Amino acid sequence: MDNDSTEAGRSYHDMGGLPAGRVVPEEHDYAAWERRVDAMMMLLTGTSGGKRRMSVDELRKNIESIAPETYDRMDYYERWVTSLTQTMLQRGHITTDELTRKMAEVASRKQDAGNA
Amino acid sequence: MPETLERSEVAARFAPGDRVRVLKAAPLGHVRTPWYIRGHEGVVERLCGAFPNPEELAYARTGEPRQPLYRVRFLQNQIWPEYAGREDDVIEIEIFQHWLEPL
Repeated sequence: MDNDSTEAGRSYHDMGGLPAGRVVPEEHDYAAWERRVDAMMMLLTGTSGGKRRMSVDELRKNIESIAPETYDRMDYYERWVTSLTQTMLQRGHITTDELTRKMAEVASRKQDAGNA
Repeated sequence: MPETLERSEVAARFAPGDRVRVLKAAPLGHVRTPWYIRGHEGVVERLCGAFPNPEELAYARTGEPRQPLYRVRFLQNQIWPEYAGREDDVIEIEIFQHWLEPL
């Protein structure tokens, strides 16, 4: 494909057919936070009723926008929670400032718990 | 997303058995057509129905009008130059109509 500046190249996530190692299937139990992220996605897409605040396509788009080195480092639900957050910012449901404050609050709560 | 959605769909251009080529394009945006299949020729296996366009849904739009989605059959050895399996092995991929051109 021509490397025209008006065209996008292969996206990082679109790796079908590229050399890779063996796929080793493994079962694992889900952590509580992973179940919460899954539940949040069901709620935000209105899958289990209620208002639809985003689409699964927005989830995919924002997962696929994660920088390659971060994408590789993150596991499945880390990508999901990153993408859900990005989508809520894009939709105007939360602001970066609110997110920063909340994250700081959570971090200090965790520190307090550690000191107790 | 609006609460009431005006439902409409694009008419189907292809029927099972039609030969098609996947567009060899690389536009910006949220594209679902895998990179490795772009530019390849295949045969329509079935019409799956018409669905809201994910290229639109990804940007918080309605995805209307719905785009016909086809299951297209390709020969493995035409996709992968080093393919060592049987000559008649196929791969089937679901592709939206606006990514297909007639042959």
